[in-house]
Amino acid sequence: MASLEVQTLAVEAIKADFPLLSRVQAGRKIVFLDSAASAQRPQAVLDAMDDYYSTTHANVHRGVYAIAEEATRRYEEGRLAAGRLINAPNPSREIILTKNVTEAYNLVTYTWGRKNLQRGDVVVLTESEHHANIVPWLMLKAEREIEIRYLRVNDDFRLDLSNLDEVVRDAKFVSVTAASNVLGTITDLAPIVAAAHRAGALVMADGAQLVPHRPVDVQALDLDLFGYTGHKLMGPTGIGVLWARAEILEAMPPFLGGGEMINDVRLDSFTTNELPWKFEAGTPPIAESIGLGAAIKYLEAIGLDRIAAHEAALTDYTLNRLTETFPEIEIFGPPAGADRRGGVISFKLGDIHPHDVAQVLDEHAVCVRAGHHCAKPLMRRLGVNATTRASLYLYNDEHDVETLIEALVDVKRMFQ
Amino acid sequence: MAGLEDLYREIILDHYRSPRNRGELTTPPAIRVEGFNPLCGDEIVLYLEVADDIVTDVKISGQGCSISQSSASMMSAAIKGKSVVEVRALIRSFKAMMSIHEATLGEEGVEEIGPIDPDSFGELAALQGVVKFPVRIKCATLSWNTLVQALEEAATA
Repeated sequence: MASLEVQTLAVEAIKADFPLLSRVQAGRKIVFLDSAASAQRPQAVLDAMDDYYSTTHANVHRGVYAIAEEATRRYEEGRLAAGRLINAPNPSREIILTKNVTEAYNLVTYTWGRKNLQRGDVVVLTESEHHANIVPWLMLKAEREIEIRYLRVNDDFRLDLSNLDEVVRDAKFVSVTAASNVLGTITDLAPIVAAAHRAGALVMADGAQLVPHRPVDVQALDLDLFGYTGHKLMGPTGIGVLWARAEILEAMPPFLGGGEMINDVRLDSFTTNELPWKFEAGTPPIAESIGLGAAIKYLEAIGLDRIAAHEAALTDYTLNRLTETFPEIEIFGPPAGADRRGGVISFKLGDIHPHDVAQVLDEHAVCVRAGHHCAKPLMRRLGVNATTRASLYLYNDEHDVETLIEALVDVKRMFQ
Repeated sequence: MAGLEDLYREIILDHYRSPRNRGELTTPPAIRVEGFNPLCGDEIVLYLEVADDIVTDVKISGQGCSISQSSASMMSAAIKGKSVVEVRALIRSFKAMMSIHEATLGEEGVEEIGPIDPDSFGELAALQGVVKFPVRIKCATLSWNTLVQALEEAATA
């Protein structure tokens, strides 16, 4: 039996920070293995948002009274934290707060895409993208007849970079996931960014599955645009982050129109506000920005290096326990011990359908995701309709994994 | 909380392990319709042969969970040899059992389909427990929605 020797985090103490993790379902404590879909929130995040609503709520960038000033300050602090987390060079101007990463992508395709792409222009994506980084481009393709090329996924579940220069040739925009929400692979961004820049393209990476788990530095990665979301890193839902270099954002037309995003409005014209508010029409997600800031402080206090080490050890432990207990299991991702591998573990247990697996797991209060994970092109590449996905985070430990294993034994008993 | 035994009744597992009317039919004369469950990626391919308003043959292929597969299997057994009118009535009753109260707008306004007698369902009644697992209702109704589409195509063919 595999053993977990690296105990890098005091998981018991961390679990105690999360009210939901003490919930008991039909006599069993919740085992939450679906953080890749949405993580749980520590009390500190809930408190920060409650405190804002109880003491400081007012609309931002409007009132001159004290609590409105305070609300604005706290809202903008969330933005600065969002930039600090990814080492954005100029967060007060370059961090746009959106609803989620999906909105960040739609903002980019709608504004940058419509301004810069014409018929026949090339955009490069990968086969392992979430629908959020495919469908907005397909919508643009339907309107503009742009060409979309894809980097393929190899049988080792990594991107095929053997013909990288050929794929990105003449491309104007390259948009890739930084970590797969299905395979657990962490993309080797450096060669992709270098090839894209050689071809004269801008590069955007989707950090939704990476930022909560690994230290990220958009400057060191030499990226042009980057997106991530709050709720996967223990912040609230309804807030996402788009970072882009200021000159890119300056040249982009606005996205949603309305209050806040304007400098002046007349009956027949308007001028836009300066960055970042040019892209933030209407009353923004104020409490959510404050909650995001609190989540980032929580992440920073524990340390992303330690979280990464804990997850790597627990991922190896889980992969080993799954493969030694279930010889028939098929795991769609790199094996134990692999580099650039996160704690997202997609699998198929013989012929048992993922929905049936997840349903029986729920009886054990084990929460996993079953389905296509908003990555249908990747599912087709893998030759499956759906997978079961267990995803690990800082509050999971080997006891959670053992409960998963026991529950899977029960699944087999039922369906075979 | 509903127990798993409400969902995975023995008869459901039996149809899942040994699905009835599995396969394909030649088109034409058969009609081929695909159904998708966008939530989970399940897909079903339904082949339906209708002659003189009688469902003369039906085959099912595709992939899915035990609930969608067994529902499709039981449906195929239940509709084979039945008239189109009978099949439509069965669809309405099945959807009512799945708590999908499709209101039909009549002259007097909204008219709801009343409660149905599970005894008239035979094996299909085993799927009643699915209602306690709302996310799985779409699994159970996938083949039936596909059947509705197939009947519409048969009517216009």
